[in-house]
Formats: sequence, structure tokens, C-alpha cells
Amino acid sequence: MNARTPRERRTPRAQRTVQGQKNLQAIRQSNRHGVGGSPLRPDGVLKVRGEFAYSSDLWHEDMLWGTALRSPHPRANILSVDVSGALAVPGVFAVLTHEDIPGSKYYGLDVPDQPALAIDKVRYQGEPVALVAADHPETARRAARRIEVEYEVLTPIVTEEQCLDPRTYGYVHEPHEYRSHAHGNICHEQRVVCGLGVTDEVRARADVVVRGTYEVGMQDQAFLGPESGLAVPAEDGGVDLYIATQWLHADRRQMAPVLGLPEEKVRLTLAGVGGAFGGREDLSMQIHACLLALRTGRPVKIVYSRDESFFGHVHRHPARMTYEHGATRDGRLVYADARIVLDGGAYASTSPAVVGNAASLGHGPYAIPNVRMHALALYSNNPSCGAMRGFGAVQAAFGYESQMDRLAAELGMDPVEFRRINAVRQGDRMPTGQEIDAPAPVAELLRRVKDMPLPPPLDPDDPDVRRLPGALSNTSHGEGIVRGVGYSVGIKNVGFSEGFDDYSTARVRLEVIGGEPVALVHTAMAEVGQGGVTVHAQIARTELGVEQVTIQPADTGIGSAGSTSASRQTYMTGGAVKLAAEAVRRALIERGRRRYGWTGQDLTLAGGKVVSAAAGPLVAVADLLGDDAIEVTREFRHRPTTPFDRETGQGVGHVQYSFCANRAVVDVDVELGLVKVVELSAVQDVGKALNPLAVVGQIQGGCTQALGLAVMEEIVLRDGKVRNASFTDYLIPTILDTPPIPVELLELPDPHAPYGLRGVGEAPTVSATPSIVAAIRAATGLALNRIPVRPEHLTTERPGGR
Amino acid sequence: MEFLRPATWDEALAAKAEHPAALPLAGGTDVMVELNFDVRRPPAVLDLNRVTELTEWSDDGAVVRLGAAVPYSRIIAELSGPLPGLALAARTVGSPQIRNRGSVGGNLGAASPAGDAHPPLLAAGRDVFVEAASVRGTRLIPIDDFYTGVKRNSLAADELIRAVRIPVADGPQQFSKIGTRNAMVIAVCAFGLALHPRTGTVGTGIGSAAPTPRRAAEAEEYLRETLAGRGLWRSGEPLGTEVVRRFGELVTAAAAPIDDVRGTADYRRHALAVMARRTLTWAWNDYREQIRSAA
Amino acid sequence: MRVTFTANGRPVEADDVWEGESLLHVLRERVGLPGSKNACEQGECGSCTVYLDGVPVCACLVAAGQVQDREVRTVEGLGTEDGGLGPVQQAFLDAGAVQCGFCTPGLLVQTDALLARDPQPSDADIREALSGNLCRCTGYEKIMDAVRLASARACAGRAVTE
Repeated sequence: MNARTPRERRTPRAQRTVQGQKNLQAIRQSNRHGVGGSPLRPDGVLKVRGEFAYSSDLWHEDMLWGTALRSPHPRANILSVDVSGALAVPGVFAVLTHEDIPGSKYYGLDVPDQPALAIDKVRYQGEPVALVAADHPETARRAARRIEVEYEVLTPIVTEEQCLDPRTYGYVHEPHEYRSHAHGNICHEQRVVCGLGVTDEVRARADVVVRGTYEVGMQDQAFLGPESGLAVPAEDGGVDLYIATQWLHADRRQMAPVLGLPEEKVRLTLAGVGGAFGGREDLSMQIHACLLALRTGRPVKIVYSRDESFFGHVHRHPARMTYEHGATRDGRLVYADARIVLDGGAYASTSPAVVGNAASLGHGPYAIPNVRMHALALYSNNPSCGAMRGFGAVQAAFGYESQMDRLAAELGMDPVEFRRINAVRQGDRMPTGQEIDAPAPVAELLRRVKDMPLPPPLDPDDPDVRRLPGALSNTSHGEGIVRGVGYSVGIKNVGFSEGFDDYSTARVRLEVIGGEPVALVHTAMAEVGQGGVTVHAQIARTELGVEQVTIQPADTGIGSAGSTSASRQTYMTGGAVKLAAEAVRRALIERGRRRYGWTGQDLTLAGGKVVSAAAGPLVAVADLLGDDAIEVTREFRHRPTTPFDRETGQGVGHVQYSFCANRAVVDVDVELGLVKVVELSAVQDVGKALNPLAVVGQIQGGCTQALGLAVMEEIVLRDGKVRNASFTDYLIPTILDTPPIPVELLELPDPHAPYGLRGVGEAPTVSATPSIVAAIRAATGLALNRIPVRPEHLTTERPGGR
Repeated sequence: MEFLRPATWDEALAAKAEHPAALPLAGGTDVMVELNFDVRRPPAVLDLNRVTELTEWSDDGAVVRLGAAVPYSRIIAELSGPLPGLALAARTVGSPQIRNRGSVGGNLGAASPAGDAHPPLLAAGRDVFVEAASVRGTRLIPIDDFYTGVKRNSLAADELIRAVRIPVADGPQQFSKIGTRNAMVIAVCAFGLALHPRTGTVGTGIGSAAPTPRRAAEAEEYLRETLAGRGLWRSGEPLGTEVVRRFGELVTAAAAPIDDVRGTADYRRHALAVMARRTLTWAWNDYREQIRSAA
Repeated sequence: MRVTFTANGRPVEADDVWEGESLLHVLRERVGLPGSKNACEQGECGSCTVYLDGVPVCACLVAAGQVQDREVRTVEGLGTEDGGLGPVQQAFLDAGAVQCGFCTPGLLVQTDALLARDPQPSDADIREALSGNLCRCTGYEKIMDAVRLASARACAGRAVTE
């Protein structure tokens, strides 16, 4: 019989990857529990048992289910809303529109331009218009369908040309509605000029000029845990909200005015968060659940379905970019000129800060004497865009790294060598005038990633289709497969920039429980999966010399920890835990000095004891502390930054820079346009790896999201409407799409950061995408000026040409 | 909504007769998505999970009678010998979990042009029959008459799919599918091919490139004539690039794809030609090997 | 309607179940087993993978009425009899395969099923078996490590007992 079902051969056991064996080794050895070790996650046991309480798992006696009725139109006037049909459905407890909002009707992270429920008009498809609370989710959905909304449908403003010509196409927000520097349909813009800018004279200095236009599609965070939470009305007239978010205090700051409550009556506790990646920085169902709970007097749970999730949070800004670079024949960059147009969608969200990043980082990790950058975010009737991992730096990196490869090709130079020649170094100034006063080992990262061993070439005799593009879809048995290799490097800022007074709060308490000293750490940091809770415990162990640490639940009962975003939490809240723990240590040692008359300056805490470097252990912490507790709350601030000048971009705008270099190896079926990433290597300077296991996990995860943007992920829009709001058609990488991701860490301490650390979460998401596209270009010879690269781009369409 | 739970096939037919609008539910891989997302609210759901004979298959050496609810994972494990094309397609359906629940009966019931089972069923020949039953009796619907429109089939309101009758493969079969990722993906387009040396024919099936799954009849006819006219079945000589190329063109010509969120019409036409050429080459190479080793 | 079935070895009963409700909803909201996760509810992520009569399936695509009198085993049933972590659970924890953890329950069940069928899967086999379980945090590398670790430990354990 000819039953040649899947062409495959089992990989011999012995051939299991060497990497896998090395990893096993590392896991067995990682048993240190302080800073620099890789202790297990404190929430890990609950998570593997299925007992960790995510926001969608919450349950309360008498709980109702909330749902939102959303606009099917991207742009329309609301002529009338009739909720009587919904109210008549048995099991329905409340139906609300904007008229039922007790306080301010608008909110927003940077600019309060977004109505909690639509008022007279809708500006994007999926904008919430009304809310229902009922005793079963199906009842709530059925009732929502009975709300009658009469729309006057308008032509949506969706393209750059339409947005920039409001006299013809209209305004997303009427001019009198603007609450910031916005004008026309421009939400925010930022220019950066350095050196001589870009003039004919500067252009004349270049031997080679490369111009390109680049497009980036709209990416979704696609966190797996849908937006959800439980609002419980309180006896004091306030409300308690259990919520998956990135920033409890920013949620509360936006919620309280809408609910008409003072902030102290809006109490938030972090529920389990199923991933975030920026998509939980803005509010989703927070206000809605609280409005319904306060109206009904009953706990209200809202859980988005996957399709609603696509309408319920902001996305990564799609971008259209034009880049022009000039270089001398010996490979030195002379100038960079770029215009980066980001589609911000209907509401501002964090667009202003995204624009600031695009403008200030859009030239890349290169020393370029003359720069002119112009970045702007548009208001449109497309879905709102805001924070996603990489935040304005991702889009630009696709532009400048594509340009670097083209310049190298024009000059006949090796693309890595060309980048190394132009790489920034410590002591250089950014185009904003800011000096890079910490290690910036860009050239070193590139050297190392290039030196990593290449994966073996495709074995033509191995019939296992799973290693080929298309895998089990059985599209190739080796035909049409061409290998390509590409390199890239990227730059990302760490922390909140442009003069934002960012701080983080931590409370550390040391007491004796059961004869053992125990540290309690309390912050409002949102643990979204990144492992901040692990790191906080490590810091407390290191600073206080204790083994046992309890991490208290994050809530608004303590000061803000800022956002779990911008790669900032280990720096900021880790810094706050360190500060507080150091203060506890000082207080404890001071107590010993008073009691025992110690005079040495060499005292520290280790192994549950006060230890003198000279004299060894002095006393057990448990004995020194007795029944007392020492508790200290501290706020941590990074060095202040300043805003960028709007016209020149000059300013000390960023806290820290983070760099990652990648090499992608891909196999492309050049006839069918299918891609298999074979390997995606990363080398990143992390300053100091507080938890190497978690750091590597961040880099691998960040690379994989970059892979998604390179070859598959895009929210597809037509006339402002989302055409793929599901995991059936919004595809993220599976384990068969994701290659081995070897990671090498560099640890060059940043003297300004706690422990010398550098935020790690975002840099790989910035840098990895261009390496994959470069590898596909190498395999196909195509220009590929749009991401994600789709099969038709490699075959029938070929955007950008050859 | 009613939830009907017949314990036997006769009870199921009776329930369907009484509730013609009831939505049959087996693996749930299509139906439950529509229920979860409020796409469909049928007056009743007819659960077929307890009707055990639907998950049985038999092979009399000439024809496999495949119970409508035999999950794809069992087709892969148990039927890759007699039904190699279908088994190849089965391995591309959704995910391992989906393959543990989804079945050919479900694909036929939904009649989505993107269903992975359709191309190999069409390629298996014109003697593939869908066994449709009702309290009125059983009829065998030829596969060529089964698909009537986008997500429409020729079942009557009171009929349920009992089984599919598929001739046992008498030659090499292949299946290829384009997706925009390397697993768990709905077909952008797909192609099934079967060589039938016993009848001197070639079967084809095109997925996701027309309102319904369809065969490339002219391509089949071209190959039938060419293979016979040149005595290739007997000689086992290579087909030559011209034949393979022409076959690809004719397959593409048979398609009527559209632009949608999963791909463009142009790309689908292009990819179909490539898949047609490659699957024909693989299948013909296998056939040559077979007759060489038989000689 | 009323649905009775066995969950993790214990008989459970749910009343007033809406006919369109999924097994996932019943597990999470009615019988106190929220470990299986509701990430997509369309069979495209694997986060709700449970054993149904010993076969891993997406609980979101099983109608509640279909599990009448049947056996379901969820992530909550993967531990050892004395309440400890099961070997796959321990391996995921040790390997750093858990970040946000939302995909973890489904991956644990699917990995458990894989290793029960093939105690020493090749990397390609692991990838194929887990290709229906999306993870957005880890990039899958540490999940691969976890499965290799569970496999290696199980084989070492067998070698010792033999």
C-alpha cells in the first residue's frame, strides 16, 4: 500500500537538541534564591495547579454578569437609544447609557478624550454604547440585542490622506473638543533635529543615498486572559474592584471622577493577570463593571469574549514611514531623515508618548551627525492604538533597519560590519542632545550575535515535513526552499520619559514568625506574568539576609507602583523594594548598635543573622527583633528627565536605553511564499540579570511577538471595520512557528540603575522583527517594505518590488 | 433552546424529523464556536455523541464506510492505509485537541469551502457517497452532488449524515494546504489529488478557492487522456514538465477564488498551481516506485 | 437542564444549565473548577484542554449536555494522590515555563497526554503535540525545556525502579 501519510521520520533520541540538554543542566543548577539566582516563581505552584485566581475566575454570591452593547459602525451619529426592550427581559437588573453616568463622562490615560459610554456619536467600531447587567451572561447578551440604537452612519475617516484633510473629510473630534496640543486630526507630533538637520548641503556630503517607504500593520497584544474583573459595591457607597490591569493607580485616577466618587472609595485589588503586553494599560471594563455594581447594588462580573477583546483594548499603532539615509563610501552615516506617521485611531490613549519614542529613537542605535525626524499620530475612525511592547520603537526599527541593509548593499559592505561602524557608544549624544552615560555595547552585541554558531543546513534527506515551511500542511518536500540569514539591532528606552514624574512605592516589613525572620513586601505592582513578584522576593532576601519572603497582594492600599510597562518594573518597583529593604536593614542594625554597642561599619544581614565582615555572625535577626516588627515604606524615583522641545526634540528625555541584537535564519518556500523561521538568536545587554531564568524567558517571549509581527500578525481593517477579530483569523505564532531562540546575555552594569540592571522586556520585540524580514529578503531578493510579510507578498504582489 | 440527546440512531432520526431546525452536534468544533459567539441560536441542538455507531468504520477491501463522527485523530491512526489522502488532510485539521473531536461528518454538515476533508473526498473519485438518512429512509448522495453553495449542502431538513463511503485507495494520494502559519490554521486554499491506476483516472479536489469545494474536472480529464494516450500508466515514465505545468494551469482554471482576509484571489490561483504540480509529482513518483518494485 | 458527570474522580452536578453552555463554562462557573481557562472559546488556543473520557479536548467546544455521565479530568486533577504536584506540573514550574500562566493548565493536560502516549518524544513530536496550545509569554522555549525535563525525569525514575 502506498500509505505515505505524513512524510516524516522520527528524530533519533540522541539528536535531541544540544540546547535542550544545556537548558536542563541550567535548570538543575539554578537553586539560589537571592539577586542573580533563578528561584521559582512564588505564584508558580498555584498556577500549575490551576488554582491561581485570574480576574476571569472570580465569583461572588449574588453576582451579576455585565456586558456592553457596542457600535457596529466606525463613525456615526447616535440619533436615539431605546433601552426599554432590554429592561423588559427577565433576569435583567440594569441597563445604562452615558446619561446614567454620575460623574465626568470622559477619561483617558494622557488626554481625557474618551467617553465611558458613547455620547451622541461613535468614533470607532466597537465603541461601547450601553451596558447591561443580568443574572446569566446569555441573558445579558440577549438583552443587549434588544437595545435599539438609531445611527446616522457617516463615512469613516481612515486613511492618512483623509485624516490630514479635515475640511474635506471631517473631524474625528470637533476642533473645540481637543484637550491637548492636537489640531486637525493630528493627535500629537514631535520633531527632532540635530547637527545641521537635513539640507541640500548635508545631502551633498553623502556618497550614497537610500530612500524607502515602509508600512507596519496593526498588531494586537493578544494576551490570553481576556479583559475581566469583578466589581463589588461597598457599604460606604464606594466600590471594590478586582481587576487584571497593568497599573492599579492609573485605573483608579481615571475611574473615580467618572463614578463620581473620591479616590479613597474606589479600591482596586489586582486579580490574576493573563498577560498584558501594553493592552491593559488603558481602561477596558473597569468603569463599566463599577457603574453596574453601584447601580444594582450587586457584585458584577464582566468577562470579554475573544472577539470583544479585539474591540476592548488599544493596539499597536500601524505606521507609514518614509526614510532617507545618506552615507559616505567608507560606510559612515551622514544623515537620517524620516517621517513616521502613526495611526492613533479614535482616542488619544498613549499616542503622545508613542510619538515621542518614535521621534527620539527613530534613527536607531546609530551615531548620525545630522538627523531630522518627524513623528505624528493621527486621530482616525480606526480602532484606538496605544501601548504595546516596544511602544513606538518597533515601527521605526523596521524602517531604519531595512534602510541599514539597503545602505550596506549599496556600499557593497557586510550589513553587520556597516552597523558596527555606525553603532552608538557610551558617551555619544543622541539626536535629542542627551548623552548616553551608561554602557551602550551595540557593536559588541552585533559581533556576538554574528559569532553564534549557525544552525545546520537543511538536510535534503530528512523527510519530516514538520521542519519545513508549511509543516504538516505538506506543501513542500524540499521544493522551492531557500535559506536566508538576516541581522538587526534595536534601541528602546526604559521607563517613562519626557519629564514624567515617575515613581514607585514599596513597603517592606521584617518580623519574626515561628522563630524565623520573615520579610513582607507590599507594592501595587501589577504582576502580569513578567516575574516581578519573584524578583521582589529575591531583592528582599539579598538585602535582608532572610530566606522567607511573603509577597502581599497588590492593591491601592499602598502608593502607586506605576505601570507594568516600558520595561520599567524591575528598575522602578524593584528599586523601591531595594530602598525600603535597605532602610529596614539600617533600622535593624541601628537597633543592634543601640543594644550591643556595635561600632563597626562592616555590618550586614546574611543567613538570618547580623554579620560583621571582620567578626562574623553577631546575633540572630530573630533575637534582635524579638516580637517587634520593622516596617518601612519608600518611594523610588529615577533620575529626572525633561520634555523634548516640540520643534527641535532637544531634551534629556529618557531614563535608560536598552539594546538587543538578533540573527534570524529562515527557510522560505519561494514558490509558495511560506516561511519557517529556523532559528532566532538574541544577544542583549541586561546590565545585571536579577533572575537569569526570567530574563531569558522575557527575551524569548519578546522575540516571538516580534516574529508574529514579521510574518503573520495584523488586525486587518476595511473602512474602519475589523475583519479578523478572532483567534481563527488573527494568528499568533504556535510552537511549530517558533524556532529555538538561543539567548546570550551581556551584563554591563548601568551605574544609575539599581544593581546596575537594565529593563529587558521590550528591546527584543523592537529588534527581532527586522532580522526576520532581512532573512526573508536574503532568501527571496525582494524588497518587502511592509510587515507582516504575507505569502502573496513573496509571490504575486511583491510590495516594494525587487 | 432545547438539548436533544438521542441514545440511538433511530432516536436521532426521529428527533430530527420532529425538530427539523435542530442543529446536529457531534464534535462541536464548528457548532460550539457559533454558540459561544452568539452567531447562531438554533431552537434545538441534537447531540449525536451517544450514538456510538457514528464513531465506527468498516473496510470491506473495496470501500471504507466511515461513520460520520469518527474523529480525525482516529482517521490518522487507523485509516492512513486505505484512505491516505484523507489521513493527510486530517493531520492538518485544527489542533490535536480539535482532531480528537472533529469529524468528516462535521465538515460535510458545515459544508464550508475551507473544510479540510473535502478535497481528498473529491479526489477519491466520483464513487464517494454521503450516506444521508432520515425516518423516510437512506439515500446515497454522490459527493459531486453534495455541495450546493457556500456552507450549503444537499441534505434535506430531516436528514442526518450517517456515514461516508469512500473507495479504498488504489494508488498514491496527496494533500496540500496553504496556511499563513505552520499549524492550527484554516486553509487559504487546499488541494487533494489521487491517482486511480485501476480505472486510469486521476481525482482532484480544490478547497477554499470557490464557493464550494470542487473538483478540477478539465485537469482530471487532461491527465486521464495524457496518461492513457502516452501509455504512462504502464511505462511509469516521468510525466515531463509540460504535463505537470499544464495540469497546474487547469487546476487553477477550475478555481473561482475571492479576496478575503485570509488571502487574495491571485495568490490562491498561484498557490493552487504550485500545489497541483507538486502533489502530482510526488504521487507520480510514488506510483513509479510502486510499479518498479512490483515488476 | 441538569448535567451530572464525574470531574477529577468526583461526581458533580450542575443545575439550570443553559442548553448552549459549554463544558468550560460549567467547569468554571458552576462546579468550582476554574483552572481550565477561557482564552478564546473557539478551539484556537488550547487553554481549556481537559481530558474527556481520557482524550484531551477543548472544553469550550464540548456542550455541557454532552458530558452527561462522562468523565472529565482537568488541571486540578493532575496532582499526586497525596496532594503534591504531578511530574508535569513540577517540570513546568522548574523550567520557567510559567509566566502569566494562562496557557499553563491546557499545556499541562496536553503534555500529560503526550508523555502518557510517548514517554520520550522527539522535539518535533513535542512541537506537533503542543501545536494547539498558544502561549503568548514564553516563546515556547521553556515549555520545550519543561516537556524534556518531565520526560527525562520520568525515564530516570523508571530506570531507578527497574
